[in-house]
Amino acid sequence: MAPLSDTADTPALASDTLREGIVDDLRARLGDAIVDVKLVPNVDLWVRVRTDAWRDAGLAVRDAGFHYFCFLSAIDWMPSPYGRGEDDPTAPPPERSTEIVQGYTGGETRFQVFARVTDLERHVGITLKADVPDDVDGQGPIVDSWVTNYAGANWHERECHEMFGIRFAGHPDLRNMYLPTDFEGHPLRKDFPLLARLVKPWPGIADVEPLPGEGDDGEGEGATE
Amino acid sequence: MTDLIDRQKLSYIAAQAADARLNVELETEGMTLNIGPQHPATHGTLRIIVRLDGEQVVWADPSAGYMHRGYEKLTEVRTFPQVTTLINRIDWLGSFANEVPFILAAEQLMEIEAPPRAQWIRTILFELSRIANVSLFLGDLGVQLGAITPVFFAFRDREYVLNLIEGATGGRFHPNFDRIGGLKEDLPKGWIDETRQVMKKLRNFCDEIENLLFGNKIFQDRTRGIGVIPPAVAQQYGLSGANLRASGVDWDLRRDQSLPLAYDKVDFKVWTHPDGDSFARCWVRLQETREATKIVDQLLDGIPSGPVMAKVPRIIKVPEGEAFVSTENPLGEMGYYVVSQGDLGPFRVKIRTASFNNISIVPWVLRGVYVPDVITILASLYFILGDIDK
Repeated sequence: MAPLSDTADTPALASDTLREGIVDDLRARLGDAIVDVKLVPNVDLWVRVRTDAWRDAGLAVRDAGFHYFCFLSAIDWMPSPYGRGEDDPTAPPPERSTEIVQGYTGGETRFQVFARVTDLERHVGITLKADVPDDVDGQGPIVDSWVTNYAGANWHERECHEMFGIRFAGHPDLRNMYLPTDFEGHPLRKDFPLLARLVKPWPGIADVEPLPGEGDDGEGEGATE
Repeated sequence: MTDLIDRQKLSYIAAQAADARLNVELETEGMTLNIGPQHPATHGTLRIIVRLDGEQVVWADPSAGYMHRGYEKLTEVRTFPQVTTLINRIDWLGSFANEVPFILAAEQLMEIEAPPRAQWIRTILFELSRIANVSLFLGDLGVQLGAITPVFFAFRDREYVLNLIEGATGGRFHPNFDRIGGLKEDLPKGWIDETRQVMKKLRNFCDEIENLLFGNKIFQDRTRGIGVIPPAVAQQYGLSGANLRASGVDWDLRRDQSLPLAYDKVDFKVWTHPDGDSFARCWVRLQETREATKIVDQLLDGIPSGPVMAKVPRIIKVPEGEAFVSTENPLGEMGYYVVSQGDLGPFRVKIRTASFNNISIVPWVLRGVYVPDVITILASLYFILGDIDK
């Protein structure tokens, strides 16, 4: 998301210093609350903060000029025990890895919340992340709410709460957004089965038909259309 | 004698008390009005519960989810090329525009870029989707205010655009035409000339709507100064697209970010309006439609030759990584946060739709307005249900 205006004659260099400047600014504001930073030059910026600094981080980026609230959501990093739903339901379930592999900026927990905010003056966006500890009091994971930082976080946190079962401390009204009130489970958790797929598996990669004259070796990876 | 006077006094007191009771009832016991789920103003099945005090809205609560299709979950069990079929159906009036940010996010992770010709055709189809989408908004706007004629104009002229989209992609509403690395096919013969003709018709349509609606006294009275959203509030709620620009914020993702699309090759104006009211939102959309026809005209003049598909593996595996790409869709900023773990399909896709944020401001903006204005404000915010519910 490099700025594209008439004045930016060297966007490659300009954008790099821009994002590095943002990281320096946030380090000055948040100190050791920043756990990890991932910067892909001229593309994007990710910052992971400590869980207890989640709300302060939101306030800090807002004060740093990121006034535009884009979205807030969560990721469940656990590999799905059901795979992609392409297995034969009558066969015994295949062995699957249960190792949690985190994405950019790492992490220690299964759940992570992440939010994106944009600076409309400098034309730059930033993604903030924070770990959400699994369960502290037996009622599901909990993290601070961002409603006081950005009013628009209200609906996003409601959605996140019903989809992942993550509670947001300080949120005024965590009613369900999409699901019926009496719905059980959290659909976007990886261990929530997609029943349609379990009953009738999708053909998956099998729908890639072999090209004419290519024989049965339909999985050749270097082949082009 | 005294008896009669006492009785008169008593009846007087009783009448007073009855009046007072009535007043108390009128003032404090408000009314709860349920708009939708099936109401013409809701463009689908959005239900809005409003609490009224007399004619004024005290409190409003939109209740979405009647159309939730769980696309974020469904993407996790599909391969990357299969996802475009799903996300086509998010904003169904501008379907092609939904595919572009997802494909761009996948391309960004794979570090490939579509050939120039594909980028230009993508941009043209993107703008055609915008015209098809917003022209229907302009027609529908009249219906919300009791004017029937504009909607017939809109359906008539949108048909030309849909024919163009069908001619190029084969699908009127759900093209499913964008591929990782380029496009499914090249443009058919004669398509470019026909598009030029249609763009002229669409500019006429914009003029017609402008004369018919925007100069109309009733329309102005019902929209000017109604539902004002200040720029700071609009940014906090993440309003995007014309809703944000109508509040005076000069922000357009077509101009303000560099993506492999052809927007930097054309000259266009980003329209803003300082007022932030319902009229401003409608007016900005009208100007944008006209601007989009000019963008298409300029792009048609300079389509480069060459292939429309880059060399990509036949079985697409996207390398590990995360990417967020958003574009300026007809409804506003639409983006996909794609997490890939080097597999055939995405690990997680967060779909950031424009209408979700645009409608989240409804409880704020409806507070204190009168009942008839509820409809004009909702219409001017412009949402598509599929875009809220995903």
